[in-house]
Formats: sequence, structure tokens, C-alpha cells
Amino acid sequence: MALKRKSKQFKWHRKHLLGLRELSAEEITYILDTAKGFEQISTRSVKKAPPLRGKVVVNLFFEDSTRTRNSFSLAANRLSADIIEFTKKDSSVSKGETLLDTAKNLEAMGIDIVVIRHSAGGAPRFLSRNIDACVINAGDGFCEHPTQGLLDTFTIRKIKGTLEGLKIAIVGDVAHSRVARSDMWAMTKLGAEVTFVGPPTLMPTEIGRLPVKVSYSLDEVIEKVDVINMLRIQFERLGGNPFPSIREYSHYFGLTVERMKKAKSDILVMHPGPINRGLEMESEVADGRNSVILEQVTNGLAVRMAVLFLVNQAAAQSK
Amino acid sequence: MKIILDSKEIEQVLGDLTNSIIADTPPELDIAVIGIRSRGEILAQRLSDRLSTELSKDVPCGTLDITLYRDDLNSPSSNAQPHVRTTEIGFDIDNRIIILVDDVLYTGRSARAAMAALIDLGRPRAIKLAVLVDRVGREMPIHADYVGYKTDVTVGELVQVNLVESDGKDEVVIE
Repeated sequence: MALKRKSKQFKWHRKHLLGLRELSAEEITYILDTAKGFEQISTRSVKKAPPLRGKVVVNLFFEDSTRTRNSFSLAANRLSADIIEFTKKDSSVSKGETLLDTAKNLEAMGIDIVVIRHSAGGAPRFLSRNIDACVINAGDGFCEHPTQGLLDTFTIRKIKGTLEGLKIAIVGDVAHSRVARSDMWAMTKLGAEVTFVGPPTLMPTEIGRLPVKVSYSLDEVIEKVDVINMLRIQFERLGGNPFPSIREYSHYFGLTVERMKKAKSDILVMHPGPINRGLEMESEVADGRNSVILEQVTNGLAVRMAVLFLVNQAAAQSK
Repeated sequence: MKIILDSKEIEQVLGDLTNSIIADTPPELDIAVIGIRSRGEILAQRLSDRLSTELSKDVPCGTLDITLYRDDLNSPSSNAQPHVRTTEIGFDIDNRIIILVDDVLYTGRSARAAMAALIDLGRPRAIKLAVLVDRVGREMPIHADYVGYKTDVTVGELVQVNLVESDGKDEVVIE
């Protein structure tokens, strides 16, 4: 069953997925191509394949999540892995255990892959340096949410064919958004032009060093872009008063039916969820014909299966 | 390097395989051809074209990627990294006779993986294995139902199937 030809094909070697910033365009493309092979598992009669049989995946979530955690659980299940669900609320973390102690204890049970979400940026990298298991970042602080960046890119690529030359707006609370950052890395590396749009108070301080354009006016940007990704206003993270009122924010930066009239007819409307309906996006737009929000969720499953598969392969081959 | 089948002989062999499959299959039963990536995919397409013509009905063709079903995914000894590609089967395999196609039958491990993969897609009436070349060296209790050419090359030798669609010309060589 060995490959008959000595192909000079790309070889994936990372046993951790910590962020997209450090990946090459080739690596990102390879993950997206691999994800295509996992799509059909979810549509056929037996929605399961055996490649992670006997492996244990732990979902180590120190922050709330439904979509990402469920998506990783289902992805791991579909690859026949066993899953341990670990949330901050009902664990020893609430008794004061440190991140490393928690991870070391889990590792002592023989886990193979840790999927971690943590409010501290860099927590996944710290973990990857201190344990033997594979580490997948499911969101760290305001830094990265690599699988979201990959599934957004996968969704665009699937519909538009390529990212090359596309104009993409990422709108809203960019400062607090790890999604915006992971999207930016993946999309720009694959040749898209990304514009961050939002009030100056919600722009990241390091904006000048990022490979993006910046606009403070959604009306100026909306007619030019091929894809618009509306970020959620993260009330739980907002400090101070970044905008005078919700209504005013909505007026300037909400994706309304009225504003959509100025957009290209084939614009893709995206949202990482959960949506604040009527705030960053009107319901008619969220459920409208340009919306690919539910496709994003479906594609997330294929992308996460691919990532679980690839890190496990890299670990198996580095033994 | 020794050529064991040239392009004319490959045509001849495909013709013989087509005839054997037809002789074996009751005409009232639905039949479909599924090739194992990547050379099997091309051979499956050619067989399905021939079967469609001979039977004057559409014999659908699909492609199976067996990577997720390989038995060496977690064995550190495998140095060639497997690449996951798509399975493309645009028809229901339930109750059909599936002609599973591969270029070379050797250890039997690909055929085992392919059967496991197929059964996760549905329940065919039967799975029959058709191969262009059957070489000795089985490591699984598997045999082909339709064999184009049998060879007893030794372990160190490589049987390579080249096809126009992927390699520019049709030939089977031993290296």
C-alpha cells in the first residue's frame, strides 16, 4: 500500500496547530485541500471513519463556547476518537489548579490531542512546549482562532474558487477578535486584500503593523467587497465606552437590508456566530440569499476533522 | 526496466476484463464501477465506458479514496505521508454489484481498506475486485475476481502501471 511513486508532494510536519500567522500559504492550502476529503463523511450513511480509532482527544475549554466545542467533539467522534470534555466550571480549575497541572494530569491518563481555548493569549503555545500531546488552539485571548480562520477561508474558496484578488471586509469589534486576526493571516497569505472596518475605538493598537487596510466607514467599503465578515460585538470583553450606544453602532456598522442594496449581488455574508441579531446584522440579511453563515458551521466540521487528522499524522510520524 | 504490457496489450486486457464482467453479471442487476485512487480511478473510467457501450446502458463510475481506512496510518514505520483526497461517488451503492478497480493487487491491504470504506457508504449487493495486474505477495486473505495479467515478480521489484491520463502513455513495467 506504499505510495508507488516517489512523489515530491508536500509533507505536513506540525503536530500542533497554534495559529495561522506562522503557517505558509502552502500549509494553509494543504489543510484546505485535505478538508475537502472529509466533507463527504458528514453526508453519507455511516458518518464515521476510523483514522483516529484508539486516540483520545480532550476538549480543554477555559472559556465558554458552544459552536467550536461541539464542532471539535463531533469532528473527533466522526474520526472515531474518544473525547473527554473539560470545562472550567465543573473542574478542579475552579479549585485553583494551574493550566499546566491540569494538562499534565490529563496527559497522565494517556491523551493524544488537546484542543484548548483560553482567555490568555499564548496559552496553547505554552502548553505545546510542556506536554507531549498534540495541541490545537481553539481560541486564545485576542490572538488567534486558527480553525475559524481556516473554515472561513475554506467557505470562501469553495464558493469563489480562489482567494486570489478577492476584496474582503472584516467589520466590527476587531480589537477583541481573534477571528479577525486568524482570518487576516489566512486570507492575506492566500492572496486576498483584507480591510478591517469599525470605529477607531475597536481597532487593534498594532493595526499599523498588520497586512490590512483600515476603514472607519462601512458605507465606503460595502460596494467594493466580494466578502463581508461581520464580527460579533463581544459585550463580555468590552471595557469603557467604545461607542456611544448600540443604536449608533448599528446605524454606522450594522449590516442592514438597506446597506446590502449597495453591495455586489454575489457578495458573501459571513459571521462567526453567535449573532446579535439586529445589532451587527439584521435578521433578513443573516437569513438572506447572500448569507453563508450555516455553510461556515458545516465546513467547520470538515476543517476540524482535517486538522485533527493532520496533527495526529505528524505525531505518528515523529515517533 | 522491463515492459510487461504495452498499450495494445492493455487495451486487449481491458476488453477481456469487460467481457468477463458481462459474462458474470445477470443483465437485470444494476452494476457500477468504482476505482481506487489514483490509477484505479482511470482504469475504472475506461471500464465503465466499455461496459456502458457493450451493455447499451449507463454504467456509473465513481472514485474511492481509501486513505482514512489504511491500516498503517498510526504506524511510525510508514514514511510516505498519505494525502487525503475526495471520494466521489455520485450514485447510491445499495443493492448494486460494485466492480472495485485497482491497478495492481499486491498485499491486498488496499482492497481491504477499500471494502471497509465502501461498506460505510452503503450495502452493495456484491463487491467484485478487478485488477490490471495481479502480483504475488498477498498479506491478506483477498483475491481478485477479474485479473488482467498475472506476474510473480520478486519482493524487491516494482510493478508500475503508467496510463495516458496520468503518465502520458499506457504501459506496465517492472523495475
